Amino acid sequence: MSQMQFGIFTVGDLTRDPTTGKTLSEHERIKATVEIAKKADEVGLDVFATGEHHNPPFVPSSPTTLLAYIAAQTEHLLLSTSTTLITTNDPVKIAEDFSVLQHLTDGRMDIMLGRGNTGPVYPWFGKDLRAAIPLTVENYALLRAVWDEEIVNWEGKYRSPLQGFTLAPRPLDGIPPFVWHASIRSPEITELAAYYGDGFFANHIFWPASHTQQMVARYRERFAHYGHGTPEQAIVGLGGHVFMRPNSQDAVDEFRPYFDEAPVYGHGPTLEEFTADTPLTVGSPQQVIERTLSFRDYVGDYQRQLFLVDHAGLPLKTVLEQLDLLGEEVVPVLRKEFAIGRPADVPDAPTHAGLVAKAREEGADEAPHDESSSENTDQEASA
Amino acid sequence: MTTIAVVTGGLREPSSTRLLADRLAGAVRDHLPGQDVQMPVIELRHVGRAVVDAMLTGFPSAELEQVFDTVAGADGLIAVTPAFNASFSGLFKSFFDVLPEPSLQDMPVLIAATGGTERHSLVLEHAMRPMFSYLHAVVSPIAVYAATDDFAGAGAGSLDQRIDRAAAAFVRLLSACGPRERPQEYAAELGEMERLLGDLK
Repeated sequence: MSQMQFGIFTVGDLTRDPTTGKTLSEHERIKATVEIAKKADEVGLDVFATGEHHNPPFVPSSPTTLLAYIAAQTEHLLLSTSTTLITTNDPVKIAEDFSVLQHLTDGRMDIMLGRGNTGPVYPWFGKDLRAAIPLTVENYALLRAVWDEEIVNWEGKYRSPLQGFTLAPRPLDGIPPFVWHASIRSPEITELAAYYGDGFFANHIFWPASHTQQMVARYRERFAHYGHGTPEQAIVGLGGHVFMRPNSQDAVDEFRPYFDEAPVYGHGPTLEEFTADTPLTVGSPQQVIERTLSFRDYVGDYQRQLFLVDHAGLPLKTVLEQLDLLGEEVVPVLRKEFAIGRPADVPDAPTHAGLVAKAREEGADEAPHDESSSENTDQEASA
Repeated sequence: MTTIAVVTGGLREPSSTRLLADRLAGAVRDHLPGQDVQMPVIELRHVGRAVVDAMLTGFPSAELEQVFDTVAGADGLIAVTPAFNASFSGLFKSFFDVLPEPSLQDMPVLIAATGGTERHSLVLEHAMRPMFSYLHAVVSPIAVYAATDDFAGAGAGSLDQRIDRAAAAFVRLLSACGPRERPQEYAAELGEMERLLGDLK
């Protein structure tokens, strides 16, 4: 089991390559995403996560379909999302889709929940954007109930009630997938993650490090407040955005046109300003290593680091080269360096095997094969 | 100590908008005799690029964040804009668009505007006052509009007298409101979240 997981997350955008004028077809982009994930597995990364979008220019509208297809062609890679929309998806359907994925992958998966940032998705799926936060709370409580309880009797405000509902298939080994709650800017999400003792993932791109620092500090403090352990034992994940070439100036020169045209970056602050103000790192592998190691200075020892490497129209070949550099030069050093000085009571990165072992330990006094682990008692009571 | 932030949206240097802001600030100070009053001046021209960057990226630069802190932490605000196209200037509006939401909550605000002719004076009542009300500020009842000609007029109804009356009204409001507690960003949202989670139990 590893202390930290390193991987990549994709938005799944279809952006014109500004250097060639070429835009991939949706078909090409989906196939390229699969190649990227397979390469991540091959170079020894731990995690691949896909976004969920319901509008062009994005392709990943059906994450579990994509993840199951990738899982079938990879060995070690843990498949996840970044994020699954807890607001507009039916939580019962989320439970079903990810339960099947969990069985297919033998537990090599987890899930990251978010609210989404595209307003019209709410009305498209019959939801009210203004109720985004109460929807998040209710939907997640229902998702927990469906995963944690064998027979669910439930009534809420935003969905038809359930009487005598049982999820099929039940979670693998009776252990539901690990849940991360992700946020770019909403501090409410730190509260939700802390309340349940789930993981908190800070997007950590586009925004300055000081913002991430505040959000993570808040989550850690509230995690302890709700009695899940010490602040240092909270489960933290971070995003990051990198572009590398062996020679630092080559990286800057090559990435600049992509940066200048990227939907999220372009036409505002310069590449230099953005790399100074936010965790975006464009340079040599050594620079990426140093920058990434510095994240620990402001969030503490953490569990998961995901990099964005494939957006803004970068060609597949370039993305695969980035993965080579990550796998060969960056991640091995990060694993070694992050392990130094890491206190023994900081939890390892969550995995299915780890959760099963923990549940067995905690349930040793009780029935050994109880469907719900003792750590879920609070959540059952709360649902 | 009382801190009154002065935000001025003039684009030229020297600017008649800044001139009006300075005269208002001076008059307010005169109405607070013997008090320790700080009046930091924020020239929006100096943060123009940072304001647009913040609109595009969603977060302020370190420099702009300091300016936000100055405004949000003040006890009162004097806000002056040039009148452009029957409204406040775009830069003036943009600054308040990127200022974090609760910054002006409960804050006494003295509004003023400048323009080429007095025909634009209702910009105070039709643009500025509603915007600051929307931001939950407490807008002082007397606002000041200065057209170019006003900088020469004298006697009853002169700019001097209007500035003095506006300053007096603003200081009355400021005193009535008392020392201001800076609103915590996201406090309402986090309170609501705790309530929602509490309801699950």
